[in-house]
Amino acid sequence: MNIHEYQAKELLRRYGVSVLAGKVAFSAQEAMEAAREIGGHLWVVKAQIHAGGRGKGGGVKLARSPQEVYDLALGMLGMRLVTHQTGPEGQTVRRLYVEQGCDIARELYLGVVLDRATSRLVFMASTEGGVDIEEVAAHHPERIHKEWVDPAVGLADYQARNIAFRLGLKGSEVRSCVRFVQGLYRAVVESDCGLAEINPLVVTRSGEVIALDAKMNFDDNALFRHPDVEALRDVAEEEPAEVEAKKFDLSYIKLHGNIGCMVNGAGLAMGTMDIIKLHGGEPANFLDVGGGATTERVTAAFKIITSDPDVKAILVNIFGGIMKCDVIANGILVAVRDVGLKVPLVVRLEGTNVELGRRILSDSGLDVIPATGMRDAAEKVVAAAHAHGAH
Amino acid sequence: MAILVNRDTRVVVQGITGAAGAFHTRLMLEYGTRIVAGVTPGKGGEQVHGVPVFDTLSQAVEATGASASVVYVPPAFAADAILEAVSCELGLCVAITEGIPVLDMVRAKRAMEGRRTRLVGPNCPGVITPGECKIGIMPGHIHKPGRVGVLSRSGTLTYEAVGQLTELGIGQSSCVGIGGDPVNGTNFIDVLSLFKDDPDTDGVVMIGEIGGGAEEDACAWMRESGFTKPVVGFIAGITAPPGKRMGHAGAIVQGGKGTASDKIAAMEAAGVHVVRSPADIGRRMKEALG
Repeated sequence: MNIHEYQAKELLRRYGVSVLAGKVAFSAQEAMEAAREIGGHLWVVKAQIHAGGRGKGGGVKLARSPQEVYDLALGMLGMRLVTHQTGPEGQTVRRLYVEQGCDIARELYLGVVLDRATSRLVFMASTEGGVDIEEVAAHHPERIHKEWVDPAVGLADYQARNIAFRLGLKGSEVRSCVRFVQGLYRAVVESDCGLAEINPLVVTRSGEVIALDAKMNFDDNALFRHPDVEALRDVAEEEPAEVEAKKFDLSYIKLHGNIGCMVNGAGLAMGTMDIIKLHGGEPANFLDVGGGATTERVTAAFKIITSDPDVKAILVNIFGGIMKCDVIANGILVAVRDVGLKVPLVVRLEGTNVELGRRILSDSGLDVIPATGMRDAAEKVVAAAHAHGAH
Repeated sequence: MAILVNRDTRVVVQGITGAAGAFHTRLMLEYGTRIVAGVTPGKGGEQVHGVPVFDTLSQAVEATGASASVVYVPPAFAADAILEAVSCELGLCVAITEGIPVLDMVRAKRAMEGRRTRLVGPNCPGVITPGECKIGIMPGHIHKPGRVGVLSRSGTLTYEAVGQLTELGIGQSSCVGIGGDPVNGTNFIDVLSLFKDDPDTDGVVMIGEIGGGAEEDACAWMRESGFTKPVVGFIAGITAPPGKRMGHAGAIVQGGKGTASDKIAAMEAAGVHVVRSPADIGRRMKEALG
C-alpha cells in the first residue's frame, strides 16, 4: 500500500526524522491559510499523488507570498498530472502539501528496501540525489553505497556513520544524518514498511539533514497490525475495480487488453495472460480468485470482469486442487443470472470435481464455449474476442 | 528414494485444529502420509481425524518422533510456528500459510541460520513424493510415481505441469513448491542440488515467475556445477506490467529487475529447454527425455 508524501512525512516526524514544516490542503483557500500558519517568505506547493516525477510534470512549484500559494493551488487542484509513473492519462490532483521553503546546499539519496537475495533490509545511499535512482543503479552502481541490516541486531550506529561519511557529510552534519537514518530504520521496522525512499535527502546551508521528499510503501500482509497506517489509504489513487476486488479478497489488476481472465492461483493467472498474448490476444486483467474461493467470491470476480467495457471475451481457466470446479461453475451461473452475459465465455476446467463442474455448465443452457487444456482455451478465446470485437 | 520426503517421513501438523489444518490433514491421511501428531496451543489431548493433538511442538515430537512438520497456522502467528519447528530441530518444515508479513520472515530466516531445519515455503503448495508422502495442499490424484522432478514458485501452475506430465505417462519423483513470497526458506538451487544427486530423478521441470533474481542465480549455479539432467523451464509473467504485484507478494518487477525476459535469457544460457507456452511443458519434457 502506498501513501502520500505528506502522510509519510507525518509518520517519519514521529520517529525523529527531520522534515520541514508543512500542511495538507484540499482547497486553494486552505493552501493560503496553511502558508500563513507556516510563516516565512518562501513556500513550496506540492501536488499529492501516488506517483513519482511530480516536479517535472508541473506538480511542484515555488511561491513567494500566500497569494501566490493561493494562485498556484487553484491551478494545481483538479489538474491531471502526467509523470513517467502515471501513464499518459495522468492522475487527478485532489490534495496539496504546502511546505516551508529551504536553503538547499546539496541533494542526496537515501532508500531502504528489502533485499531478496540476502533476505535483509538494505539501506542505499548516494550522492546522486534528486534524480532517478534506477538510472544511477543501472549505469553507475558504484555510486550507491549499501548497508545490510542484521535483523537480530538492528541498524548499528557505525552503519549509519558509514552512510553519512559516504555521503560526504562533515561535523554536525554527520550526527544529524545518523539520527535521521536511525529514525528512518525504526519507522520502517515498526510500521512494516517494505520500501522507503528519501529522494532527495537534502543538506541545508546551516548543516541540517532533511527529507525533502518521502515515499513509503507498506507490506499489505502486515496492515492487520497497523490500523493507523491502513487509515492513510487514499482509495481515490487506486483503480476502482481493484478496490472492489480487494473487498472480496480477490487479487485483480486492470490491464489494457480485451480478454477478461478469471483464474485460480497467481502463477497460473500469469501463465494464462502469457498464453493469450502468445496466441495473438491481449489480456484485459489479472485475476486470481484464490484457493479457497466460495460461490460468492467467484460471482464477485465475474461481475468485476464483465463490468469492464473493454472486455470482448472472457476466459475462465481453473485447475482445481482445493478449489472445486463445481463451485466455479455455480459462481458463474449466479453472476450471469444477475448481470447477464454479453460477450463470449470460454471455460476450461480441470482437477477436483471437474465432471460435476462441466455438467453444471452444460445443463444450464448458458452459451459456454468449453475448452480442453490451456492451448485450446487460449485459441478459442482469442478467436472469440476477435469475432465479437469486429461487430 | 526421491527427495525431502518418502513413506517413512513422520509428519506433525502445526495448526491442525483450524479449518485448513483439519481439512488437509484428512486429505494427507487419505493419500497415505504418516501424520503422527498435531499441534494447537490449548487444544492438547484432543484428536483430529484420529491424530493426537498436543499443546506444544516439543511435546508432539517427544511423544511421536515426528521428523517433519507442516504449518497451516494463520499468517499473524505462522513465523512463530516456524521458529518452534526450528527449536525442535525438525529436519523439514513446510509452511503453507499465505500472507505472512515479510519482516516476520526476515527475522525467522535469520533465526534459522546455522540451525538444522530446512524450511520449504511459505506461501507454497508443499512437497509430494507421489505414491509415498504428500505434505501440503496439492491435489494428490493428478500425480503419478516416476522419475521427473518438479520445482516451482507457483501452486496451480505446478498442478498444470504435473497434470500434463501425468497425461503423457511421465511420472514424478518429487514435486516441490518453494512458494511465491520474497523471503522464503528453500530456494531453486537447494532443490536442484537435491535433484542433481538423486539417482531416481532423470529430469526436472522448473517453473519460475517474475520478481527477484532466484531463477537467474539458479541458472548460474547450474552452469557452474555441471548440472547435466535435462531441465524444462517456464517463466510466468512475461505480460505483467512493471510495478504491479501479481498476486504473489514476490511476483513484482521492481526497478527494471526480475523481468521474465531476463529470466528466460538466463535459462537459455544455462541450457534449459525453455517453453514460451505453459501448455508445452509436458510435451517438451517428453522430447527432452528422448
